[in-house]
Amino acid sequence: MHPITTFHYLALSAALLLIGTVGVLTRRNVVIILMSIELILNAVNINLIAFSHALHNVNGQIFAIFVITDAVAEAAVGLGILIALFRNKETVQADEMDLLKW
Amino acid sequence: MSASFGFNAADLIRFLPETILTVMGTLLMVLDPILHRRGSHAFGHLSIAALVAAIGGAVYAYTQAGPAFGGMLMVDGFATFFRVLVLVVGILTILPSYRFLARQDAETSEYHALLIFSIAGQCLMAAANDLIIVFIGLEISSIASYVLAGYFRDDKRSNEAALKYFLLGSFATAFFLYGVALIYGATGSVNLTAARAVISGQGPGGPAPAPVFIGVAAALMFVGLGFKVSAAPFQIWAPDVYQGAPTPVAAFLSAGPKAATFAVFLRIFMTMFEPIGSGWEPLVWFSALLSMTIGNFAALMQTNIKRMLAYSSIAHAGYVLVALTARSQVGTAAAMFYLAAYALMNIGAFAAVSHLSGRGERYQNIEDFSGLGQKQPLTAAMLSIFLLSLIGVPLTGGFFGKFYIFKAALESHLVWLTVLGLLNSAVAAYYYLRMLVMMYMHEPGEAVENAEPLSLGLRAALILPALGTLLLGIFPTWVLEFAGKSAALVK
Repeated sequence: MHPITTFHYLALSAALLLIGTVGVLTRRNVVIILMSIELILNAVNINLIAFSHALHNVNGQIFAIFVITDAVAEAAVGLGILIALFRNKETVQADEMDLLKW
Repeated sequence: MSASFGFNAADLIRFLPETILTVMGTLLMVLDPILHRRGSHAFGHLSIAALVAAIGGAVYAYTQAGPAFGGMLMVDGFATFFRVLVLVVGILTILPSYRFLARQDAETSEYHALLIFSIAGQCLMAAANDLIIVFIGLEISSIASYVLAGYFRDDKRSNEAALKYFLLGSFATAFFLYGVALIYGATGSVNLTAARAVISGQGPGGPAPAPVFIGVAAALMFVGLGFKVSAAPFQIWAPDVYQGAPTPVAAFLSAGPKAATFAVFLRIFMTMFEPIGSGWEPLVWFSALLSMTIGNFAALMQTNIKRMLAYSSIAHAGYVLVALTARSQVGTAAAMFYLAAYALMNIGAFAAVSHLSGRGERYQNIEDFSGLGQKQPLTAAMLSIFLLSLIGVPLTGGFFGKFYIFKAALESHLVWLTVLGLLNSAVAAYYYLRMLVMMYMHEPGEAVENAEPLSLGLRAALILPALGTLLLGIFPTWVLEFAGKSAALVK
């Protein structure tokens, strides 16, 4: 049996960061892009809490609470913007949003 | 370091501008049912009163300068400079908004409340000395600006601008946060001063942590902040957002959040990451050059004035990054001076665009400005001052801004960057001069014939920044002296 160390958490977090980044860059559905961004924020939280545990320092956990709060606010605003757009354009595909370009 | 939750009167005084703005923003939303009448300017007046009070608060806080809330805020000359700058930007955004919103039948309390909240976040960023506070300030400012960019709910362009701004903005924030988490892991602290001590190897924990960790963190934070200031290669969102957002909002986005993010940029990279300066210098060098080049060359090809100003603002972000590359106190002071000059001239230019754009923002093309000099000499004259300052012609703030930046770069032996930057300025002169030719040497077109007379708010929104631009160009020393004194950040 191997104990789970800080390194394991960091590897998990790095993997989530990677998945999230690839998701944002390749997916075309705005809702999935939003989910990918949330994934990166959760990678941050895992990092913060793993470090907080390793360092015996509570600041990281407090920071994680702020990140969670911010993620909620961001999701609310993001979905609101998406609904406003959907009413006018009836699409959630990022590549169909092409009114603004030269 | 154990967390302490006690605070005293001095802490509250140092937090005064943010308190005033938050209270007023909330009040605006509560007062909405009482004050909301068609054609009422009450919200605008209240917002301007709040911003003026907050400027007073910021100056008063400076008389009590020092750290607040256990070192999380640092109220020094640097913080006060940027606080006053973003508050002035706020006032100059609201002045043209009166007429603009009335014309689109869109005067509401939430527009002003969001603007006030966004500015509160930017004031917080200016004074932040702790990565948690930086993050919270950044998000208060950003989330409010996402909504502002999509303020015209029924306009597809505004929707699209908001969505693009939101997606790329929150992606950037996530990257920034990942960098913060790594810093926390490597140094055990999120306080800039404490983290700097650890990074330079003088912390209580003994030798400096693994440079790889710090390097990756610096790179991630650079990406995050680079997105927010629209520095290349992270600039793609800026033209779309500035074009689609309501014009006064585009003006605000190009000046307020940018100045506040650069304040954070300078504070983080000149304090916490200063010990590893030679590591990040090439990164910033490259980004500065790329921003200037992409911004100026893309601006040459634009037909839409808002897109042109967006590309020009990318180029100007490049000039400020040149000052950061210099990695010196002189460079920091030059960046501060430049950001002040840039905010004034850019917001003034956008005010002229918002005046001319007409109902539904029909007139946004460069040709629409033809003959403005004949029909509206005052608007044309003020816009000329802003354009000349954006070029960097002597007697304007833009000239001394560029001069000090390139002087600082030369003092740090960045000869190539200086040469390439100056060549870039020459390219930029072309597209600004094209506007001047359009205004004075062409016959009036449909847009200018239909333009309404200047309202009082717009008149102020054009004349005040023009005066500021000239003041910075003729008497630069008093601002520069203050910037030079404040640029020695607390380390």
